[in-house]
Amino acid sequence: MSESITAVGTEMRSYYGRPILKEPVWQPEIPWYFFTGGLAGASSVLGLAGRAAGNQPLAKAGLYLSMAGEAVSPALLISDLGRPERFLNMLRVFKVTSPMSVGSWILATSGGATSLATGLEVLDRAPRLKVLAEAVSALLGAPLSVYTATLVSDTAIPVWHEARRELPFVFAASSAASAGAAATAVLPPADAGPARRLAVGGVAAGSVAMLAMQARLGRLGEPYHQGEAGRYHAISKVCTAAGAVLLSRRARRSRLAAVAGGALVLAGEAALRWSVFGAGFQSARDPKYVVEAQRSRIAKAS
Amino acid sequence: MRHPPGTEEVVHTYGNEAQPRVGFFTDTSVCIGCKACEVACKEWNVIPEDGLVWTGESYDHTSALGANSWRHVAFVEQQVPLRADDDADTDAMRWLMSSDVCKHCTHAACLDVCPTGSLFRTEFGTVVVQEDICNGCGYCVPACPFGVLDKRHLPTAEREEDGRVWKCTLCYDRLKGGHEPACAKACPTDSIQFGELDELRARADARLDKLQKEGWNGAQLYGRDPDDGVGGFGAFFLLLDEPEVYGLPPDPVVTTKHLPEMWRTAAIAAGALVAGVLGAFIGGSR
Repeated sequence: MSESITAVGTEMRSYYGRPILKEPVWQPEIPWYFFTGGLAGASSVLGLAGRAAGNQPLAKAGLYLSMAGEAVSPALLISDLGRPERFLNMLRVFKVTSPMSVGSWILATSGGATSLATGLEVLDRAPRLKVLAEAVSALLGAPLSVYTATLVSDTAIPVWHEARRELPFVFAASSAASAGAAATAVLPPADAGPARRLAVGGVAAGSVAMLAMQARLGRLGEPYHQGEAGRYHAISKVCTAAGAVLLSRRARRSRLAAVAGGALVLAGEAALRWSVFGAGFQSARDPKYVVEAQRSRIAKAS
Repeated sequence: MRHPPGTEEVVHTYGNEAQPRVGFFTDTSVCIGCKACEVACKEWNVIPEDGLVWTGESYDHTSALGANSWRHVAFVEQQVPLRADDDADTDAMRWLMSSDVCKHCTHAACLDVCPTGSLFRTEFGTVVVQEDICNGCGYCVPACPFGVLDKRHLPTAEREEDGRVWKCTLCYDRLKGGHEPACAKACPTDSIQFGELDELRARADARLDKLQKEGWNGAQLYGRDPDDGVGGFGAFFLLLDEPEVYGLPPDPVVTTKHLPEMWRTAAIAAGALVAGVLGAFIGGSR
């Protein structure tokens, strides 16, 4: 129970300090999916751009990384369901009011396109159809990387809902950094220029977006400095910064530095997803975030 | 994208089967904390027992609404006189009791975000989970601004965990048969009143007027106003203190109110991601 909560006077009042909102019931699969879905989506964009620029190794790496992410993602999501055998119910309607419904359709479609493109790449068949499939996958790649931010913003959880203007940029940057870092790690340094720059740029853009988000949240953003969310937030900052430095300074010549820097950025971006996820739980647990935000809204309106 | 349609637009689509919108007016000023509503709800809806805990929080051992508690009586002990003009007795205590329930919002976030269509708006304007469709994705749980819905973790005959989301149905089955919901039927003081929403609102206005004239401390209607953040509750309340004292949010807003803006932001962020990838090729394609 929070110490700031008392039952009397002008202090915030609550019902025995109990939460007003329910904590999400999502399990560790979900922050991992934020990571794998973001990696898959941004990788398909990077791969197609590589294809267009004539960098075939990068195109191949982007496609395979995207395939890896797209293969893991549905498994994670289905495993998180309370009734996994009913996963197909996700596709019995399409609802624009539900980011999860929109996201299910995006993931199903892009997963199909990426699988087709990967199959054709491995078999070395039908190059035109392959590029078409890659284009569909890349077209859906950016929405796939970003919609999860909209999904969590579209809840009553103060630390997520009040971050709705910045969180999509945090997730977009994190996805870009993940895709760049993964491609840098698997490619020879000579072919990895754009991937390296994307990783470093993604880390930089992500920290700017994160700062903007925290400035907007003010006191509601406290969970990012406390408990589990705070720890993941700190790990994320250290890992992404160290990885970005290594990638920009050493990875051009050293394969070892490329792998180490890529791994650090990936670890940092995974930690970022975990910190956003955990912050939501912490935000739901303490009624003061709900009551104080709503009370100040009422005061402003009157 | 426009705001998702409210209750009236949806009920209209039922055509001849559309019914007047019904709900609850819970007048907490006459609640005696007997918990007959909790018991009747559990019995009628065959809700499993989810543990017996002694909380030490007045007479409340249910603590919150959830998958296995669709009515919850809150108990608040206060050193506040019942009447505002009663300043003779400074040690005066009052005991507030209030039977909480799903609000069956006009703009229901749970229903908006449900990706399977399991949550739906009935012909009575109420919000119900279809248990044969819910796949336990859990999206409605943090979407509800009142923390009403939750996943049931209890075992069933066939499986370790039920895994689906459950909440008050406003006794949809009883409504279909022309009966009032079990909690309202069982309430011995008519603290829980069931009826057509328009009529309940008029009744609540009259009751509030009376209590205010009599000088009751803190008397206020909660969720009666169709212009509030969720478009008014289908199940609203007369409270004797601020909503947060009962564990209710003071100014709930349906999260999908901001969804058009959120989709726009997502589109811009997705565009920025593509621009970032293309920008990474400026220094060369290798």
